[in-house]
Amino acid sequence: MPSRACLRGGSRREPAIASARHPAFPAGSPVGEGVARPSALRLASGRGRYTDDQTLPRMVHLAFVRSPMAHARIRGIDIAAALAFPGVVRVVTGADIATVCKPMQVTLAHLPQHVSAEQWPIAIAEIAFQGEPVAAVVARSRREAEDAAELVAVDWEELPAVVDPIAALAAGSPMVHSSLGSNLAFSARFENGEVDRAFAAAAAVVEHRFDFGRVACVALESRAIIADYDPTERSLLVRQSHQSPHLMQTMFARHLGLAEHRVRVIAGDVGGAFGSKLHVYGDEIATAAIAVLLGRPVKFTADRLEAFQSDAQAREFLATGRLAADRDGRILAIDVDLVSGIGGYSIYPRSSLGDGLQAATFLGAAYDIAAFRSQLRVAYQNKVPSGALRGVGQPISCSIVEQLIDLAAGALDIDPAEMRRRNYLRQGQFPATSKGGLKMTELSLVPCLDRILELMDYRCLRQQQSELREAGIHRGIGFATFLEQTAPGAGLYGPGGLPITSQDSCIIRFEPSGTVRCEIGCSDQGQGTLTGIAQIVAATLGIPLDDVAVSAGDSAGAQGGGAWASRGLAISGEAAHAAARQLRRNLLTVAAAVLQGNLEDLDIRDRLIVDVADGRERLSLARVCEIAYYCQDLLPPEVTPELSATSHFTPRTDPYFIANGIQACHLEIDAETGWIKLLDHWIVDDCGHVINPLLVDDQLRGGIVQGLGAALFERCVYDEQGQQLTATMADYLVPMAAEMPDITIAHVLTPQPGTALGIKGVGEAGTIGATAAVWCAVNDALRPFGVRVGRQPFSPEVILTALGVIPTPPVVDPVNPNDEEGDMQ
Amino acid sequence: MDAVTRATITLSVNGEPIAATVPVRQHLVDFLREDLGLTGSHLGCEHGVCGACTVRVDGIAVRGCLMLTVQADGRRIETIEGLSESGAIADLQAEFVARNALQCGFCTSGMLITAAALLERPRAMSRGEIREHLSGNYCRCTGYQAIVDAVASVLAGRIAAGAGDR
Ligand code: FES
Ligand code: FES
Repeated sequence: MPSRACLRGGSRREPAIASARHPAFPAGSPVGEGVARPSALRLASGRGRYTDDQTLPRMVHLAFVRSPMAHARIRGIDIAAALAFPGVVRVVTGADIATVCKPMQVTLAHLPQHVSAEQWPIAIAEIAFQGEPVAAVVARSRREAEDAAELVAVDWEELPAVVDPIAALAAGSPMVHSSLGSNLAFSARFENGEVDRAFAAAAAVVEHRFDFGRVACVALESRAIIADYDPTERSLLVRQSHQSPHLMQTMFARHLGLAEHRVRVIAGDVGGAFGSKLHVYGDEIATAAIAVLLGRPVKFTADRLEAFQSDAQAREFLATGRLAADRDGRILAIDVDLVSGIGGYSIYPRSSLGDGLQAATFLGAAYDIAAFRSQLRVAYQNKVPSGALRGVGQPISCSIVEQLIDLAAGALDIDPAEMRRRNYLRQGQFPATSKGGLKMTELSLVPCLDRILELMDYRCLRQQQSELREAGIHRGIGFATFLEQTAPGAGLYGPGGLPITSQDSCIIRFEPSGTVRCEIGCSDQGQGTLTGIAQIVAATLGIPLDDVAVSAGDSAGAQGGGAWASRGLAISGEAAHAAARQLRRNLLTVAAAVLQGNLEDLDIRDRLIVDVADGRERLSLARVCEIAYYCQDLLPPEVTPELSATSHFTPRTDPYFIANGIQACHLEIDAETGWIKLLDHWIVDDCGHVINPLLVDDQLRGGIVQGLGAALFERCVYDEQGQQLTATMADYLVPMAAEMPDITIAHVLTPQPGTALGIKGVGEAGTIGATAAVWCAVNDALRPFGVRVGRQPFSPEVILTALGVIPTPPVVDPVNPNDEEGDMQ
Repeated sequence: MDAVTRATITLSVNGEPIAATVPVRQHLVDFLREDLGLTGSHLGCEHGVCGACTVRVDGIAVRGCLMLTVQADGRRIETIEGLSESGAIADLQAEFVARNALQCGFCTSGMLITAAALLERPRAMSRGEIREHLSGNYCRCTGYQAIVDAVASVLAGRIAAGAGDR
């Protein structure tokens, strides 16, 4: 067998790099170091405190009765038998909840054409998806609550369901909400430039159909909440596995009619979230409402079946994409039609439009494309509502454009890497606005491409690929140039009138001994944001990392948006840096008073107050703190020591920070079994300055594996009645260690302008590009056969069907059109 | 409906002798979490698929969601709490921390106990073999590579130490 050893960076194991020294911090500071997370040993010792781990006095447990059908009317509910069950405290229906709680309904002030239906935390009259809550049983234990829930008798009138988004938009389709008069939740057309003329003049036009299966988040810890209401103070204390405790505080206050300062939401340890714990769920609002009804703590923890039947799913798209290019491979135009299914409700309060809007407008933004058109139609259907999932729409736009570029490169006989290089926005073109409206500051597209080609030894791999083809071994190489929208400012949710802040605050103080407590408004589900904050604070204050304790996730603490859109370090990091600078100044003011000198002449280095000029030690930091806390009488009367500071940050100079990078996937297809083996995966990422390369690289790898999972294994399958057939982890396949490759990482550094730290986010980069890289690699491997695939996940059935080894399309999802046939031009 | 049938059992949990009367249908992991407050063992699927509930029973890694509490009668149970306190897997934990082989940490107890089984009688293994061994444990956060790195490094360390002992 012919074989050659290419460089294949994939075989290198060591953590990728230490990043370049950050210009804002002195040499030797912890910024830029891959330090371990202080909380990691606690979590690795079984000392985590996730929501379900907590038990409160007098706490009762909830089990929800959920709709077994996807669309039905509730004629009546008989709770008598359940109420009589031993241990049951109360059985609550939607009507009971309505006595203390307002319904949920999405409205977007800036997109009034988005129609949505009212959603009760527990359905009252009609349900729109299988799993929607219809009653809740409160009992002394979850076990008793579950047993009694089986005894709740619902008199159902089953209604016709619609699950396929295209069928949902056809005339005569059953209505998901008859009150809306249509299943069309939203539609928009984005057009910029002479699209039709470009297609008419093109040397090559390629077209492909894409069936992106709906995927589930599958955070390992399912959603959980403990709500505790004290009627004497009308106060609500909620512990919740959530990404955004401040949002939840506002939501509980609004829906339950409580004063916001008497509602407190604490998100402690959270066992993974990825977007699914960003929304407001009916069962969680209901849990708080029941706490109000009962005046005692109520716990609800979703089990895995409930997670599949209620956690936001995402990314269900059917798309047709066309791309026009000239003879030299210059892209002239793209034209993409997208239909998306968002389930039974637009998810509250953000709406379910994020996926579609980002998919439709981010298309091809890295490339200099003269003409652009996308058409988006968003349909209601009787499935679980969809929502944010890592990457929000961007994995879709990236996959479509990267696949189309590969097809055009093939048609024009241009190397796919070269085709990308010819079309990238060039250095002189920034700041740039894409034809879809995306605003970009400086990107590093060509440096990233150069780096990845070197990392993977591209030429050698291509050579090897063609040699192996001769020997009947079919390998594919796929690239995905990706952009990542990170750290959005107020322009994202403000215009919609949503109570979702893009601004984080940092509250910081010296303790009397000279150590530091710091609290920030983003939250951390394991990303390591709090560690990055500690590094920034320690470096700014000139103290060891160990002297800084950072906390977050308490709505009574530092204000902020929580964790979403890769915003943690880019936003809270800026706030922490500013607060630490202020605190430093405050401390040096006291030190200068003690030393009767100028604060400009003093610095803090390694817990000591020193002279800036010669580094001479003057005083210990601990002594300054001691004086400031206990011996104010030693200070002149005009000096009031203030050893705390607060600072806020939200992006103002740019609407968001666009990060960029490129991934490459190398895989092998077994043409007999249809099995795909991932061989290598590379990523070159540019997220600006890296505060902690260890944590950044883990974000990239984790994100990539989620993207690989979507491409190769994951799909929520529903039957025609809207029954979810993949509602266990045995049926919904997720990537496990054995199937995943080692991933090689490199970085390119383009600092974000207009900020002190130059950070862009990194949490979604891996997911956005990984799926696209697999699309390209699979179809690259299939090229010699003259076939291509267009349906995720690329299961053996999909591959073998494309290869004609199995004659009929797989009966996986009978209601969705099969895209294996007819996707050739 | 009848009251649940209960049974009285005795067992050792992290070295402590325990006598308890439990519902016969209760799963071991629920007993550990709810009755003993050992919340380091987690529930991810209650289905035997994710490995988050992995504990040791008589020295063998077992899914706590698939075993009934009554089946633990007379047995020796070790959980992440006990293994942490005894220092039995301290090298592995330190390596997990140093390489950031955990993010949210929800899979970690099970992952450590599964990996520890492989380290009991250390022998040289490829990364692929390590990946195979860990493939009953789901992690949504890390992408697995850092976990494999950590296990490989401890394995190498234990092999070297073992060779030194001889
Ligand atoms: S909870 Fe036991 S294997 Fe998932
Ligand atoms: S660290 Fe979150 S599931 Fe593994």
